[in-house]
Amino acid sequence: MKERLQLWVPKLVLGPSFLLILFFVYGFILYTGYLSVSDSRMLPSYGFVGLENYEKLWGLRHWTGSLKNLAIFGSLYIVICSVLGLMLAILLDQKIRAEGVLRPIYLYPMALSFIVTGTAWKWFLDPGIGLEQTMHSWGWTSFEFDWIKSRSNAIYTVVIAAVWQSSGFVMAMFLAGLRGVDPDIIRAAEIDGASRARIYRRIIIPMMRPVFLSAFVVLAHLAIKSYDLVVALTGGGPGKATELPATFMYSYTFSRNLMGIGAASAIIMLIMIFSIIVPYLYSELRADKQS
Amino acid sequence: MSESTSDTMSGAIQHSSQGKRMTPARILLYAVLVLFAIYYLLPLYVMLVNSFKPLEEIRGGDMLALPQTWTLAPWQSAWSTAQIGVQATGLKPYFMNSIAMVIPAVLLSTILGALNGYVLTKWRFRGDGIVFGLLLLSCFIPFQIVLIPMARMLGILGLAGTTSGLVLVHLVYGLGFTTLFFRNYYAAFPTELVRAAQIDGAGFFRIFGRILLPSSGPIIVVSVIWQFTNIWNDFLFGASFADVDSVPMTVALNNLVSSSTGVKEYNVHFAGAVLAALPTLVVYIVSGRYFVRGLMAGAVKG
Repeated sequence: MKERLQLWVPKLVLGPSFLLILFFVYGFILYTGYLSVSDSRMLPSYGFVGLENYEKLWGLRHWTGSLKNLAIFGSLYIVICSVLGLMLAILLDQKIRAEGVLRPIYLYPMALSFIVTGTAWKWFLDPGIGLEQTMHSWGWTSFEFDWIKSRSNAIYTVVIAAVWQSSGFVMAMFLAGLRGVDPDIIRAAEIDGASRARIYRRIIIPMMRPVFLSAFVVLAHLAIKSYDLVVALTGGGPGKATELPATFMYSYTFSRNLMGIGAASAIIMLIMIFSIIVPYLYSELRADKQS
Repeated sequence: MSESTSDTMSGAIQHSSQGKRMTPARILLYAVLVLFAIYYLLPLYVMLVNSFKPLEEIRGGDMLALPQTWTLAPWQSAWSTAQIGVQATGLKPYFMNSIAMVIPAVLLSTILGALNGYVLTKWRFRGDGIVFGLLLLSCFIPFQIVLIPMARMLGILGLAGTTSGLVLVHLVYGLGFTTLFFRNYYAAFPTELVRAAQIDGAGFFRIFGRILLPSSGPIIVVSVIWQFTNIWNDFLFGASFADVDSVPMTVALNNLVSSSTGVKEYNVHFAGAVLAALPTLVVYIVSGRYFVRGLMAGAVKG
């Protein structure tokens, strides 16, 4: 009897967590999925309207604009973080004596809330009191930097702040990758007379492919989820110049009371993230099993 | 992915000839590295320096200059008198709200994560792969997908606008990460020890408490730090589900900074931002190594 019970204990322990996830994650996804084909406006409502909300969604300049912003922001964010991260990792890997001091400095922004980051950059980039004004007071009176107030350039200030926050983290990923390279391979190349730059270009960087992939997946999913930073930095403005899908979803659902359209936009966000994450996790878990 | 970011690891390139001599190339290398350090420190410097200035000095222009007259008034204002929303309470009550939310959420999610990881590695059963897969995938969902049903569910449970409601939310959406941490850690723990203890008649909890838990220190630290940082820094759930008595620090800070009424008190905003950053920064400074390990484990699955 007691042994029978012992067999059930593990499942009873795991059970509550599993049910919580099943209900609060996957059940909720289904519920939001249903709302996206319902006539919900201010409150959830269950009248079926087919794909009407999706048709309306794709007809909205606000939505297509936020997707365009995400494309600009996301691609710059991923590329700049990866390049900067790899570069810093390689530089730090040259037996730098102060590495123990520098590495934590590069990485600390990752510990901050995006609201803090947004606040700091919001005022630093504000032409009235921030960088521009500082340059003026230093005597460079023709200096202009008003991107944060400009409809066409504000999205780039989101990139600046986001890169500041995440690039150190990508650096840490690459550094761990570099430290995992077998020193014998490098020694062999050195004996063959290859220059250091060549060793990096031809041997080490190609070996970083899995790190590039991980960095891409992490950064891409962070970009799609980006919400707090935009709220704190620009509030989506000026106008709608820095609206992203996440801010769109929030304002349509909770401020404009068009919950059906808000739910539809959330489903699109989920599809975007899953199309990146699911193949990645699948291959990782499979590789895990084989090893 | 290895966790080898410790200082003792040697560089990928074992270059003997260039050793420690200060060649022009190395001076340039150090210059570039220091330049980037300045870039990363700049916003923190700006926040700190300007939080000690009177407002006129900030308006006067030079954001990078040290204060001419140092003042603690912005800090006092940010902490206890600044207008947040409709009330002039400062950030203090919201700081306390965040503390009251973070502590139970971190503890509960870490305890459950540890038990889940233990089951998923040492008490495997048919279909455990699917359970783990679903837990893992839940780490990545965009939270917009759960906002509407969660708001309703918190209402049904009578937890709308309460700190307990936020604890539940953070517990649920943190479980995937904590389970992942412990599963990967326990996977490397010798299963033979568990089997031997089983043969000796030790039960499920006894084995966990006597054999696995004593060597779980590092991963508990990783999990606690990860959860603490994420939950403290959360904005979306706080903004969506909190009420006057439960608004967390990040949401209060954003209200302070983005309120459109009255004079913009930049110095108070900066002091508030530093206050909001302080707990996670302290954790980072005290245990940076574990913080990095959490990031890595959170980034690279499997």
